[in-house]
Amino acid sequence: MNKIPVIIKREYLTRVRKKSFIIMTILAPLLFAAIIILPTLFMMNGTEDYKKIAVVEDRTDIFKGVIKNTKSAEFIYLEDENIEELKKTFEQKGYYGILYISPEIVNVPNAVQLISRKQPPIGILDHIETSLEKEIERQKLMNYNIENLDEIMKNVTTRVSIQTIKIDDSGKVKETSTGIAMALAYIGGFLMYMLVFIFGAQVMRGVIEEKTNRVVEVIISSVKPAQLMMGKIIGIALVGLTQFLIWVVLTVGIAGVIRSAVFKKSDATEMVQNVSKNVMSQDQQLQIPGQSQPEIDPAMAEFTKLFNSAMNQPWLLIIFSFIFYFITGYLLYASIFAAIGSAVDNETETQQFMLPITIPIILALMVAMGTMQNPESPLAFWFSLIPLTSPIVMMARIPFGVPAWQLILSMILMLVTFIAFVWMAAKIYRTGILMYGKKTSWKEMWKWLRYQG
Amino acid sequence: MELFEAKDVTKSFGSVVALDKVSISVPKQSIYGLLGPNGAGKTTLIRIINQITGPDSGELFLNGRKLKPDDVASIGYLPEERGLYKKMKVGEQALYFAQLKGLSHAEAMKRLKYWFKKLDITDWWGKKVEELSKGMQQKVQFAITVLHEPDLLIFDEPFTGFDPVNANIIKNEILFLRERGATIIFSTHNMGSVEELCDNITLINKSKTILEGKVGEIRRQWAGNEYDIVFEGNTEFNENGYFKIMNRQTENNKTSVRIKTLSEMNTNEILLAAVKAGKVISFNPALPSMNEIFIRVVEAQN
Repeated sequence: MNKIPVIIKREYLTRVRKKSFIIMTILAPLLFAAIIILPTLFMMNGTEDYKKIAVVEDRTDIFKGVIKNTKSAEFIYLEDENIEELKKTFEQKGYYGILYISPEIVNVPNAVQLISRKQPPIGILDHIETSLEKEIERQKLMNYNIENLDEIMKNVTTRVSIQTIKIDDSGKVKETSTGIAMALAYIGGFLMYMLVFIFGAQVMRGVIEEKTNRVVEVIISSVKPAQLMMGKIIGIALVGLTQFLIWVVLTVGIAGVIRSAVFKKSDATEMVQNVSKNVMSQDQQLQIPGQSQPEIDPAMAEFTKLFNSAMNQPWLLIIFSFIFYFITGYLLYASIFAAIGSAVDNETETQQFMLPITIPIILALMVAMGTMQNPESPLAFWFSLIPLTSPIVMMARIPFGVPAWQLILSMILMLVTFIAFVWMAAKIYRTGILMYGKKTSWKEMWKWLRYQG
Repeated sequence: MELFEAKDVTKSFGSVVALDKVSISVPKQSIYGLLGPNGAGKTTLIRIINQITGPDSGELFLNGRKLKPDDVASIGYLPEERGLYKKMKVGEQALYFAQLKGLSHAEAMKRLKYWFKKLDITDWWGKKVEELSKGMQQKVQFAITVLHEPDLLIFDEPFTGFDPVNANIIKNEILFLRERGATIIFSTHNMGSVEELCDNITLINKSKTILEGKVGEIRRQWAGNEYDIVFEGNTEFNENGYFKIMNRQTENNKTSVRIKTLSEMNTNEILLAAVKAGKVISFNPALPSMNEIFIRVVEAQN
């Protein structure tokens, strides 16, 4: 009879029922949700708060109507207003602040003042500055008496925004974003690192616990050591997956609830409509590059680009690779952790063995970070093939596009190595768990590897 | 008929020889004692029987067939260092081990209830192991070991850590298990329990068998030339040229004398002398305790 399921069940249940597990599982998503929600919350709060700003110009009226209203601020041009009087009453009149423009503006840059009770948001300041700068620039140019100035200006004005387009063998083009690829690479690599390390270490602790408790002898008289080891490794992997799934669901759920509570529904639908509209127009651009572009709000264009790029990521490949590398990478490291756990008498003794495991993982993480700067570098190439580092580095490379042969080779190497490591770990484990009181060295472990029977 | 046999089992760890051609044969439904000083190799032999480790050479037979990996189901093992998960509840843990031995959940539950009641540990079912005293933990472990009703039971030092009352309970359970048909191998340092329980023993010292056989026969073999004579009343019994009085005590209107013969002589001569001295109730060769034999054999070899 196969007893691995019985072992998996115990390993799983005892861990899932622990208070620390339950607390971590509930608290972490709250934290994640906060990290996701807070920045958007701050950003949106800015737009929520609609500001009326009084524009007062001293003696002249050259800037009348120059500063356009934005979503978050309205500029009301007041003529013949006493500035000193207004300073006292602007709040009662419903203004957020006064923008005072003195006549010296053309020559003295800081002749403009924004008077308000609170520190004004950077967005509004930016908007005012650019508007005024452009107007002053235009007026200065006018002083040169150039003919057809307006037309020249229209021709001269250019906006540059690099579009990155990936082209594949069949000639199909896809708009991509390095930003999104980097984010994905970072998340993929880091998640892999966390999962492998946290749950691999749990395997080690479990093995040490059984060894010091001498429970292992009772179990080994019922099941084979390799079965116990695999049962433990799989059980803990399931704990990890459970926690991970709960985190994802809770984080999305909490974020969703907060979002819908804070933001108006109409905003969201409007946004989606705009995006889909823009996605369509972007598609057209891609087909006929160089033609005149339809007028789009620049912020919206940026957002659309990201959205487009996110949709264009090879999601299926990413998810498949993640699952593949997580399972094999976890099994690989967990079996090493199990072997180490079996070789020592208590946790403090693990130090000397931990270092050689930690080095490849840390190295992989560092190379993965470098990969984001240069995904084609030889370093990234080799580290994405070497099995101990490939789960992390390859995950970081995939969003940038990896030749199929490299991916397949990396996966084959990973599979072979993982089987070899599990087999070796089982041998060390079998001998190690019954050894007490002896300080284990690498040499000793090598000897255990070759024990028969 | 032999339930279990080990033939010429040898095992070494690196350059250290733990067992050197050790053989035991355990008759069905008997209690077999595995004796020996610390570090003699008893636990290694027990681990080999349990297939925790394999022998370097030698063969093992269960019921006349070679021992197979599947046979663990028909062996119950109580290790010397008791092993339980400290943070797990007693009942849950017992169920887990029972299921590892191949019992179904329902069957395991039924038998656990029976044994927990028998050993008077039902109240601890919902408690965590770390809340129990050492003796209590051992009772739990004992129940777990015998639960799947194996043909062969192996107890490594079953009495250590028990108070006399509980040690007696365990002793009676071991006898009860034999009556029910089980065969038991146990290792111990408690020689009193060997005399009370064991049918056969093997004494291992420095990885070799140095003594084996039926307990009664061994004791008779080692009896030497000492005899116990019991007289009625307070009887004077004096030494003569043939024997020496080793020990004499009067209790409950009976006098027990242990004598040692000085030369090879007919027991009749002693009896004659005894009959002259008073009314003889019994005359027996003095059997040495297993404790004495143990010490003498081991020291002789060292």
